[in-house]
Amino acid sequence: MNPPSTTALLDTPLLNYCIALGDDSLTLGHRLSEWCRNGPFLEEDLALTNVSLDFIGRARLFYSYAAKLEGKGRDEDDIAYLRDCREYRNFLINELPNGDFAVTMARQLIVDVYDMGFFSALTQSQDPTLAAIAAKAIKESRYHLRRSEEWIKRLGDGTEESHERAQNAFDQLWGYVPEMFEMSDVELQLVEAGMAVDRSALKANWESTMQLILKQATLDVPNENWAIGGGRDGIHTEHLGYLLAEMQFLQRTYPGQQW
Amino acid sequence: MVSLDQQTDLTRLFDLLSSVVDPEIPVLSLQDLGVLRDISVTDDVIEVTITPTYAGCPAMNTMQADIENKLAEAGYQQVTVRQSLSPAWTTDWMSENGREKLRRYGIAPPATSACGQQKSTIECPQCGSAEVKRISEFGSTACKALYQCKDCLEPFDYFKCI
Ligand SMILES: [Zn+2]
Repeated sequence: MNPPSTTALLDTPLLNYCIALGDDSLTLGHRLSEWCRNGPFLEEDLALTNVSLDFIGRARLFYSYAAKLEGKGRDEDDIAYLRDCREYRNFLINELPNGDFAVTMARQLIVDVYDMGFFSALTQSQDPTLAAIAAKAIKESRYHLRRSEEWIKRLGDGTEESHERAQNAFDQLWGYVPEMFEMSDVELQLVEAGMAVDRSALKANWESTMQLILKQATLDVPNENWAIGGGRDGIHTEHLGYLLAEMQFLQRTYPGQQW
Repeated sequence: MVSLDQQTDLTRLFDLLSSVVDPEIPVLSLQDLGVLRDISVTDDVIEVTITPTYAGCPAMNTMQADIENKLAEAGYQQVTVRQSLSPAWTTDWMSENGREKLRRYGIAPPATSACGQQKSTIECPQCGSAEVKRISEFGSTACKALYQCKDCLEPFDYFKCI
């Protein structure tokens, strides 16, 4: 096999990078959409589904760009609906079931704090499309974070039960955090090319922000020493299969169906 | 070089599109909203550039179709609507006229600029009171939050700053 040319080296990793970022947004957006008509009260139902839409919109932008980079006639829908579990590259935390409201909001806080760091760094990308998507996303994440932070403080510093549930939620999720800051060699090449974000460099800031918020919420920073990863390599929890089964059913059963 | 004919055409095109409105807030035109960014004519092809308010805003597809239909009705067949992401849309682009229309429609306009500078206070669009409270960060659409007036007790939508 011939060594790949510099362009190919950047093209395929960049394409995969966009797909992975789209997958993070789509899986979480889908999970949030499952709250539709199940929210604890009307306003919260609307909020959860509004945030869901923001994530799905983000996924569309990343997938459309990936489709364009690939140039093989696939579109955003093909990328979303016609790939199986092993081809999905999202972080595991995004595909986990919603759990109770505390789990949903704890995950949201973890992701929102991460997104603030990630997208503000991505606005500096040498790739103008990625930088533009990031500039769009960060405005929305600022809003998302304001809400998830408020909720965690209310739940943590609320009743005995809400405190316990919030603490359990963070304990359950904590082991899914490390993979968000682990870089692959391919991604490091993109960082060197000035296109991608060095996620490992975001960790310290993420940790100090989370410590501060959890402290205000009278919650303990989990003392968990387990870590589970593999999402970026296509190794997922069993939950993703069920998520995709529901999300992709229509397009798999009636290919190309529109409405 | 823009020829005289193109200049006339552009004015006419902007006029035509001034009647295309946000499907979810029909008092605001796409110009009022700052969503319509540019119109250009190259040879016989019209390119209209719009920018999404929110990445997942479901109204964007409708807006695009409305633009195409409006131009087709006026006899323009070769139209491309392009979505541009950069610079990212901000409520700062909403025209003064647009803010006033929103208020009359019952939606409080954005109070601060995107960089956080206070432009005005959030006032109840019904009675004008500044004694208001936020009920929810998110309202009936992505661009709005839900507030309530403490004086007249009316709940109202507030157009968020972004
Ligand atoms: Zn009032």
